[in-house]
Amino acid sequence: MKATEAFLPWLDFDIDGFVSRVTEKDVERVLEKEVLGYQDFLCLLSPVASRFLEKMAICSQQLTAKHFGRAILLFAPLYLADYCQNACVYCGFRVMNRFPRKKLSLEEIQRNGEILAEKGFRHILLLTGDAPAVTPVSYLEEAMSILSPMFDSLAVEVYPMTVEEYQKLRLVGLDGLTIYQETYDRKVYAEVHPSGPKRDFFWRLGTPERGAQAGLRWVTIGALYGLANPLHDAFWTAMHLMTLKKYYPEVEWGVSLPRMNPAEGDFVQKYNLPDKQFVQFLLAFRIFFPTVGITLSTRERPEMRDILIPLGVTKVSAESHTEVGGYAEHQEQVPQFEVADKRSVEEIKSVISSKGFDPVFKDWVRMA
Amino acid sequence: MDSPLVIGNREFSCRLFVGTGKLPSSRLLPEIVKASGTQMITVALRRVNLSRPEENILSYIPEGVVVLPNTSGARNAEEAVRISRLAREAGCGNFVKIEIIHEMDYLMPDNEETIKATAILAKEGFVVLPYVMPDLIVAQKLVDAGAAAVMPLGSPIGSHRGLRTRDLIAMLIEKIDLPIVVDAGIGKPSHAAEAMEMGADAVLVNTAIATSVDPVAAARAFSLAVEAGRISYLTQKQQETLYAQASSPLSGLLSEEKL
Ligand code: SF4
Repeated sequence: MKATEAFLPWLDFDIDGFVSRVTEKDVERVLEKEVLGYQDFLCLLSPVASRFLEKMAICSQQLTAKHFGRAILLFAPLYLADYCQNACVYCGFRVMNRFPRKKLSLEEIQRNGEILAEKGFRHILLLTGDAPAVTPVSYLEEAMSILSPMFDSLAVEVYPMTVEEYQKLRLVGLDGLTIYQETYDRKVYAEVHPSGPKRDFFWRLGTPERGAQAGLRWVTIGALYGLANPLHDAFWTAMHLMTLKKYYPEVEWGVSLPRMNPAEGDFVQKYNLPDKQFVQFLLAFRIFFPTVGITLSTRERPEMRDILIPLGVTKVSAESHTEVGGYAEHQEQVPQFEVADKRSVEEIKSVISSKGFDPVFKDWVRMA
Repeated sequence: MDSPLVIGNREFSCRLFVGTGKLPSSRLLPEIVKASGTQMITVALRRVNLSRPEENILSYIPEGVVVLPNTSGARNAEEAVRISRLAREAGCGNFVKIEIIHEMDYLMPDNEETIKATAILAKEGFVVLPYVMPDLIVAQKLVDAGAAAVMPLGSPIGSHRGLRTRDLIAMLIEKIDLPIVVDAGIGKPSHAAEAMEMGADAVLVNTAIATSVDPVAAARAFSLAVEAGRISYLTQKQQETLYAQASSPLSGLLSEEKL
């Protein structure tokens, strides 16, 4: 686990000390540079840089056009099950929430898949809670065998697995992996994950690297903004990505910046990431990582998504249902979190086109 | 009078090839073709969506224009071969641009794997255009492998830096008996003109047209630049021949005198 080990020292970096010394001149200098170092990225995250948003946006737009052109990939999440053994305090699926849990049968998977394919999706992301006893790797294997003929790319956002398990799933069509560390702040991590296997910070931290070692084509990482100090989490996410990129240059690395939305329960956020700072962070990521994909989820409000589409985003989810089997029937299942952008895929497509971008559904040829 | 460029069994009078991967909309393609006169359009097979005609880029490519599918996404020869076969099955014809990349920042091609893929595909009847880091020895091996042209990069994809590999490309132009199509790095019409002026047979432009504020006008500008560069190259060449001819009667005279 070379990349994970190389990342660890960053967890002790004095972020606040550095940021407190950043001046306007520093930010100006960074925006003139071609290749940025970690100090430059921190300058762009700093409160001082919020005075340069316009300049950062232009820079971000230009870099994105250069490396990704004017195409935006659309994908849809498909929740297979909401069983979970963890107690993440911010999530609707946590173990102590009492509601009738559900796991899609193979027929239901087929049906939901058909509906998504009918809407035009060619890339999908499969999600479950963390309950390998109910949704073991063999279940995911079966689900993928059903879905892979219908789609060009399958990715998972499920419990962390071993290299061998990812390899097994690759054989039935798995291309990509999304895994959020949630927060890189070890103290907060322990607080918001009071019980269950997710308490193991380091096992989760090594997940993207295990995915890369298993030969997955693309891996997206991120923090969930709202749990801990957003500036710290943004910095650590970037350093994590930087080390992963260095050791696994063949992987298409991606990042997402989900902000917390209300979930079932009573979690009170200590932190939040205001819109302006959120945009600043997204631009900073683009400028620091010109070739990394940036995903935007339906957690964001329509107005926000519309603003962000031309600024550096490369992948967006659309018409998402975050409750199990939400596409086939309107059931009473509990959603994992509130979807803020409920527009149809056709509406999202026309927004993307109206901004001068091409909504793309297929960007993959399956090799497995 | 210029003779047409021949690749595979096709003749091209327009020496500008256009890439599509970064366009704001496939709907612009017919206009781009009209404005530029291009006769070859590259398409990433990973983007070809046969399940929906309105999202299938192939349905926007006008009749008579050669489709050049590329193997973007391939990380080794085996994958490039597989993608090429899929492209042919998908109705993209038998032209293919080999692009083998396993480094996601600069997207530098793997020359070694590219030679392997070229050999396999050429044997299967494909018209193979390999995208390579310009290297004379590699280009010679590609000739032996059966390539139909060689596509050296001017500078990294999307970098708009122009011909940073100019001296290396010049060696290919001089020594390789196949069409040389400069690919990647051409950010301005003047870069395209420069490549053509030094004797490249064609150029492929993608990002610079696709991400321009007006892709159709940009396509026209590139087309004019390519033509200007070509004429400049041809006239320089003619001048060279003119001098050579002028000297020969004189030398003949001298030798006659000696007699
Ligand atoms: S965030 Fe994931 S692991 Fe935590 S409770 Fe929700 S579904 Fe379970």
